[in-house]
Parts: sequence; C-alpha cells; structure tokens
Amino acid sequence: MARYQNIFTQVQLSHAPEMGIPMKPGSDPRIPATAFNHLFGRFGQAQLGPVYLGWSGLASIVFGLVAFEIIGLNMMASVNWDPIQFARMLPWLSLEPPGPQWGFSPFVPLAQGGWWIMAGAFLTASVLLWTIRTYRRASALGMGKHVAWAFLSAIWLFLVLGFIRPAFMGSWSEAVPFGIFPHLDWTAAFSIRYGNLFYNPFHALSIVFLYGSTLLFAMHGATILAVGRYGGEREIEQITDRGTASERAALFWRWTMGFNATMESIHRWAWWFAVLTTLTGGIGILLTGTVVDNWYLWAQEHHYAPAYPDTGVVDPALGSKGQ
Amino acid sequence: MRTSILRLGAVLAGAALLSACQLGTKSAEQYGFRGTGMDQINVASAKKTLDPVHVVPPPPYDPPKPGGKPAREAYQNVQVLGDISEDEFSYTMAAITQWIAPEQGCNYCHNPANMASDEVYTKVVARRMLQMTRGINTSWKSHVKQTGVTCYTCHRGQAVPAANWALPAAGNPNTIIGNRFNQNNPVDSVAYASLPTTGMAKYLIDPSAPAARVNSKGSHPSAANKASVMEAESVYGLMMHTSSALGVNCTFCHNADSLQSWNVSTPKRPLAWYGIQMVKDVNGNYITPLKSVFPKHRLGPMGDPLKVNCATCHRGINKPLNGVSMVKDYPALRPTGPMVTAAAAPAAALPAAAATKTP
Repeated sequence: MARYQNIFTQVQLSHAPEMGIPMKPGSDPRIPATAFNHLFGRFGQAQLGPVYLGWSGLASIVFGLVAFEIIGLNMMASVNWDPIQFARMLPWLSLEPPGPQWGFSPFVPLAQGGWWIMAGAFLTASVLLWTIRTYRRASALGMGKHVAWAFLSAIWLFLVLGFIRPAFMGSWSEAVPFGIFPHLDWTAAFSIRYGNLFYNPFHALSIVFLYGSTLLFAMHGATILAVGRYGGEREIEQITDRGTASERAALFWRWTMGFNATMESIHRWAWWFAVLTTLTGGIGILLTGTVVDNWYLWAQEHHYAPAYPDTGVVDPALGSKGQ
Repeated sequence: MRTSILRLGAVLAGAALLSACQLGTKSAEQYGFRGTGMDQINVASAKKTLDPVHVVPPPPYDPPKPGGKPAREAYQNVQVLGDISEDEFSYTMAAITQWIAPEQGCNYCHNPANMASDEVYTKVVARRMLQMTRGINTSWKSHVKQTGVTCYTCHRGQAVPAANWALPAAGNPNTIIGNRFNQNNPVDSVAYASLPTTGMAKYLIDPSAPAARVNSKGSHPSAANKASVMEAESVYGLMMHTSSALGVNCTFCHNADSLQSWNVSTPKRPLAWYGIQMVKDVNGNYITPLKSVFPKHRLGPMGDPLKVNCATCHRGINKPLNGVSMVKDYPALRPTGPMVTAAAAPAAALPAAAATKTP
C-alpha cells in the first residue's frame, strides 16, 4: 500500500494544474504554460508553472543574462576563443576589476576593467530587480516580505565587496574579480593585506551566524523529518494538540536540552541567523581598509586576541644591509 | 542483510572519499606554540629528498695538494681563479665541466685552439658565474651558511639550470583576446593558483626594490601604506613560489596569526629573507648585466637573460642537495682572502669581455 510521506513523496497525485488565485486588476498575466514532472515530484511539487514573469522578472533575467555573457565571453576571449581551453581553464579564468591606476573612475577602457564595471552594474541591476520581484509576488499573495529582506542582506554583502567599499577606498582595484579560483585567491589576499581577517570581530560574528545557520538548519530539518510520520510538516494545525508531531518535536528538544523553540520561533531564529551572516559580514568588510588597516594589530591593541610567546626572531631588514 | 551490506559499503566509500589522495605514513612536527597550527606534516612515501637530482656527485678526482705555481702564471687570461695553484685550477675546471657541460666538455666554453680566448660567449658567462659563486659563498653566508654553493647547486649537469624564469611577454593591455594579464593561469611559478606571476619581476630583480611587504605597521589606515589588494596578490603569488620551491607550507617560516610579525615567526624566516636579498643580488648584479653577452636563443621573450628564483637551487626541498656541503671539496669557489666582489666587478669586467668577443 502506498504511503504518503513529506519528502521523496512516493505518491504523485494526477490532477488538472492548479492555476492559483486570480490576478489583481492591472497585473501582468501569468504565463499559463504548465507541466507535470515525475522527477520534480520526487523532490517537491510535481507541477511546473504557471510562472509570473512581470516587468521586474523579465528585466532581472535580461540584465542577469547580460552580466553572465560579459563575464563568460571575457573568459572565453582570454583563451583566444578556444572552447577546449575554456573548459579546461574555467576554474582559473577571470574577469578582473580595473587596476589601482584607474581609481574609482567609471570611465575605464573595456579591456582594462571596463567590462568588469559593466558586468557588475548589470548584475547589481539584476539582483535588485529580483528583490523587487520577490517583494511584489509576496505582496500579491498577501505574504510578509521576509524573502525580499533576506535577499537584500545578501545583496548588501555583494555590494560592499564590489561597490561600496571600493567607493570608500577610492579604487575599483579593491573589488573582487569574477572567477572561481580568482575570487578565492582574492579572499585570501584580502585577509593577508589587512592583517588577517580572523581578527575582525564582524568576520567572527558572520562566521558564528553562518555556522549557526547550518546547525539550526540541521536541527530543524532533522526534527521535522523525524516527526514526519505524524504529519509534522503540517505544523500549525497541530500546534496546541497533545500527542501530535508538533508536541513530540517540542518535547524532544526540551528533554534533550531543556529548552525548545516553537514552531514559529524556529523559523525566526533561522531567518535572523541567515540574514545576520551577510549583514555582519558586510560590516566587517566595509570597516577593513577604511577604519582598520591591520586587524591583527587592532586585536592586539584592544586585547581582543592573545599575544603568543615571542619567538625572539627579529626583522633582518632592521639594522642590516642584507649581507 | 542486503541493507547492512549496502550500509557498510556506503560507510567504506565515504571513508575512502574523505581520506584524500595521500596514503602512507605521515609524521607531524610541531615547531611553534601549541594550538597555533605551527606544524609541518610529512608523508614518508612522498620523500622528495630521495630523488637522485638531490644527490651530490663525487669530485672528478682526488683534490690536489696545496702549493705549486699559481694559475695566473701557468695560463693566460685567468681573471678570477688566478691565485689558486695550477693543479687546483685544472681540478676545478674538470669539476665545472662535469657539472655544466658533461657531454660537450671543455669546448662548451673554450676554443680548443686557444683556451685563453674569450671568443665563446659561454666563457664570458662562466667567468661572471664564478665571481657570483665566490660572491655568494663569501658575502651571503647569512643565507648559505657554511654549506655554501657550487655551480652544481643550480646547474645539476645542465648548461642551463632547469628551474629558471624570465620576464613574461608583455601582452597588449588594450585587448582581452588571449590576454590573462599575467594571472589566472595554472603555472608552476605560482603553485598552480590563479595568482599573478608578476611578483618575481617586482621583487626578485632589482637589488634596491622595496621589500615585498603589504601589511600596515599601525592598526589604522595611513598614508604610509597604500598597497592594494592586487599588490597583496602579487606578493602572495611570490610566496606560493617560495613555498613550492622549498616543499614547505607557509608555517615553515610564518605564524598564520600574523604573517608580517617577525616576533612570532620561526627562525627560518630571516634565512628566507636573506635568500630573497641574495636572489636580487644574483639577478640584478650578475645575470641581468650579461644581457648583451647571451645569444638570442638564451634570452626570454622580453629579451632578458634567464634568471634564478628559489627553485633554481632548492628544487622542491628546503635544503638544496639535502644540505650536503659540496663546496668544501672545491676551495677555489670559496675564497678566504679579500676578493673583487659583485659591486665592483660588473661595469669593469663586462665591456672587456665584450671587446674580446668581437673579432
């Protein structure tokens, strides 16, 4: 006999597509195309569509595609348009920001960073438009705007790295390149230049929230799956009842660690942890080079970090000509 | 039962994936304060030091006894090794031939009809390199200590040392076609990272070049240090070269707490610092001035001679030739008395060399 489960659902209902609530007057129409996909149904909802595109969605996709093409075609040009080298070298390839000689000028020759500025501008437009889209769709459904605000928190970090901090520093060269390894090497070089980001307290906070997010995600995901056999995913309707999945989930944590989140508060916790990861991270990056230039020395001065025993090694450049 | 086997298989497969690629016995050596990650992990089976390239060759024959006619009187045009005996001169020449041109022999540098002639360019180069070797052994003890160097430390039986570098071809900055702006390319000189390869040209040629230091000495921004992140990437690339050339990680010299702070670094770091100064001396005062002497095919894409870096001697291990002192068998390469050093020599020696080269 088939069983109903809340993940990897084994029974897929076959029915006429659910077309959603009617649009508000003056809205763009939804794209009515729908389909059912068995594989998608194994991971989530089997019905695809209808999609609401609207002006913000359409513009976001177009701008995003332009940014993607600028980055990809720059990478491909850097290997002489050779598709094999493009595939082989892809992790190393990059679109680099303008060098220090260009300051923060918006007018940089395309080959020397102008393409980077353009890609960044299009990508920024794309993600901001996508925020508008999530805000407006939430509004159309009478929902809170939590998704849009959370996305804005990620965009804050993105813009601090690529635009706000370079603006304060007066140089595009402080920004991150578009590339797989290049952005990782940039991250390490950034930490090296500014005396070890490990000693930046906002970096530390960001990591706490990042790791905290994964922990909360694991705890919540595990709890709900564990009470799935009692219909735990139908949280709200059970919340006050005895013996329900909700009560069992709550009791599990109260027995385990003496305290339990509620069905509502756990999502608030998770939302804030996720949002604070990029919010504090962005503050940490913005302070680097603008307010603090060497985090290790800053941490020593403020007794934020321990001083380890002196090894007695001295800088040979002092008092010696090198020979 | 079947489920248990599947589970066991999954656990084993997971363990295999997590175990990474380096099997074999590892030894960890701690040489810094506990909890600071100051350790070096060695894989016994990956012992690079066993490679024959790191083995010191025996002398060509038993070293001659001291005394005898000075080489200056026995031969003509002996500009560097004139003070040593005729016998020791022959012995040193025999060794150099083995080290640098074992197949071509004496004629790689000499005109067999007139050994004194400077007409073969390699002889002019070899003379400068002899001055350099003697200079390193006397003036750079801060780096080479009592171990010293010989021609073999770099050459290893090859006329051109295998680990060398030259300035990269200058791309057209106004095009993106085929231009990666000297970075984002997995090459050996930056340990296959995407870092820029420009660090060597900036920090390993000009003896008066500023130190590769990008950190601020104060905690707040000031005009004293305006180094960009791009500059830091360039230094990072150079450090990756040093690390891979020596087969060690960052914490061999540095404390990851604070890469710039000397008072938490290991005693190896000043040694490496002197090494970088030595490389600048070698490239700037000995090799670069030979530019006009080398034929075109011996020059890099920018027309500069092939230069040295850490890998030229170290070849992947932290003590070249496993730390065996080779120079003790070749006293001519480590003069004890006063000698003409690098600073005095290049301007005077080279025009003369060039003059004898032209017929």
